[in-house]
Amino acid sequence: MVRVDGMAGEGSLIHIRGLEKDYRRGGEEIRVLQGLNLDVEKGEFVAFMGPSGSGKTTLLNLLGGLDTPSQGTISVAGDEITHMSAGKLTQWRARHVGFIFQMYNLLPVLTAFQNVELPLLLTKLSKAERKQHVDAALHIVGLADRSHHYPRQLSGGQEQRVAIARAIVADPTFLLCDEPTGDLDRKSADEILDLLTRLCKEHAKTILMVTHDQLAADRAGAILHLNKGVLVEAQSAGGAA
Amino acid sequence: MKYLRLLSVNLFRKKIRTGLTIGSFAIAMLLFGLLVIVRFAFNQGVEVAGADRLIVMNRVTFVEFLPMSYMDRIASIPGIKSITHATWFGGTYQDPKNFFAQFAIDPETWHEVYSEYLVPDAEWKAFLDDRQSAIAGEATAKRFGWKIGDRIPIEGTIFSGHWQFNLVGIYTGARPQDDTAQFWFHYDYLNETLKQRNAGFGVNQAGWYVVKLENPDDAVTVVKKIDQTFANSSAETKTDTEQAFAAAFAKQTGNIELIILVIGAIVFFTLLLVTGNTMAITVRERTAELAILKALGFSDRFILFLVLAESISIALIGGTLGIGVAVALAKLAMAYSNPLASVLPVLYFPANQVVVGIAAAVVVGGLAGLLPALGASQLKVVDALRRI
Repeated sequence: MVRVDGMAGEGSLIHIRGLEKDYRRGGEEIRVLQGLNLDVEKGEFVAFMGPSGSGKTTLLNLLGGLDTPSQGTISVAGDEITHMSAGKLTQWRARHVGFIFQMYNLLPVLTAFQNVELPLLLTKLSKAERKQHVDAALHIVGLADRSHHYPRQLSGGQEQRVAIARAIVADPTFLLCDEPTGDLDRKSADEILDLLTRLCKEHAKTILMVTHDQLAADRAGAILHLNKGVLVEAQSAGGAA
Repeated sequence: MKYLRLLSVNLFRKKIRTGLTIGSFAIAMLLFGLLVIVRFAFNQGVEVAGADRLIVMNRVTFVEFLPMSYMDRIASIPGIKSITHATWFGGTYQDPKNFFAQFAIDPETWHEVYSEYLVPDAEWKAFLDDRQSAIAGEATAKRFGWKIGDRIPIEGTIFSGHWQFNLVGIYTGARPQDDTAQFWFHYDYLNETLKQRNAGFGVNQAGWYVVKLENPDDAVTVVKKIDQTFANSSAETKTDTEQAFAAAFAKQTGNIELIILVIGAIVFFTLLLVTGNTMAITVRERTAELAILKALGFSDRFILFLVLAESISIALIGGTLGIGVAVALAKLAMAYSNPLASVLPVLYFPANQVVVGIAAAVVVGGLAGLLPALGASQLKVVDALRRI
């Protein structure tokens, strides 16, 4: 169960306490996140909604170890990441986080197979083992027959599915999705949301998704609203988990 | 190995740009290669000089003769293994532009002192048997299309008149850098002809003596002893190691080393700017992709090496291509027709200079890629992507 009151114990998969993030812009200090608490259990699908500038992306950056908080702590599966060095954080990211971006961000010079293989290059897996994992990931997203296609040869929805395969191929602890359907038409968006829901339900993946799309958010098990850096509401949705 | 694909696809994603940068490197390294060839050609005498050979010449000037009587006196000095002599003839073949080195030599002793020049036994025997015969180096024979049995007319400049020689042999060098552009004929033929002409000039005299030492370590002692022997005579000697002699000869042309160093430095600096600019553009265009790699867990160091590897690969391919062409040109020139034969008879690219050239290209490639690579490695993912 997702909680934002800071009253849950330390057993949750994602455990955030007193999280603050300040930016300095033109001599003025702007507090983007204000004393945020959050607990997410394994296998949950959480959607973050809120207006632009509310701190959604900042929260995802902090959860993904791409940025460091001004105050507070983030623990993921028992690892406190807020005080890790940049090098340790990079290693941690490779092991624990699967990123899915709005613009897919595939490398255009690599095929679908090679794009999905990228995170595995950081592991000690042999070439044959890597192939096995990539094939499995592409099979899950329904693109086994497109493995040798380049991104330019795929539709937007297919590109996003390749990106999802890349995110799950190394079996990360959780997935961070930033507007995963923001650049897709409704049909493709629904397919991607179906896929994310399936990953959560059938593969017990923990998914944290930022979205502006209420229909997308409705697929999540919980919807959290961020407003001016404060998690103001936790609401159960009828979707996954 | 597993990262090679990532390197190669990035390297050739902009084929025209990469091709042009490689081309710039190749042309610059070709220029470097040609400079090396010219430098070596000027210093060729120094490079091939025998460590155990001394040159004895007239103290006044190189073009003054030494009496033939000196030969036995020098030979009797302790530490000397063998001695021979040569005289610069200075003739031309058919056209004044067809200049090359002709030496009147002592066939009986020449071979023993210059063992690096290879002549088939039968040809050497034919040379010994015919006083009007001559042996040409392989390069000169190729240059003029001579073959054994040809009659070679040479127009004398120092020793005027028309001279005819029977070509009985062609010598080669034991090493690729050996000078195979010389032309040898009998000193006796020159000397006796001069006597018949009552020339006075050059009769019973040699241009210089070449001494082979029993032990190269004795060079200083032997040099001193030879020059002391002829001190206060009408023809004092100046003895030097063959290497010092060749170096002094090369210096007469000017400070080739400095010219080459300056041109080389300009070439490399220009390359640094060209490649650095290319890599900076490459990194700027790929900011988002590099950020993605970092987000996926590729370390700052990996990104640094990835960009550096691209820059070094461009340098390596271009450098190898440029130097390869320079080596090929030198070989082609020596195999077919050396356009600089009258000035620089030996065009050769030393193997160690190939390594130096490619290493220099790699260093330039590394330096050119360093700043863009550092910038890429220090890229903040959040800033680069704006949003994850």
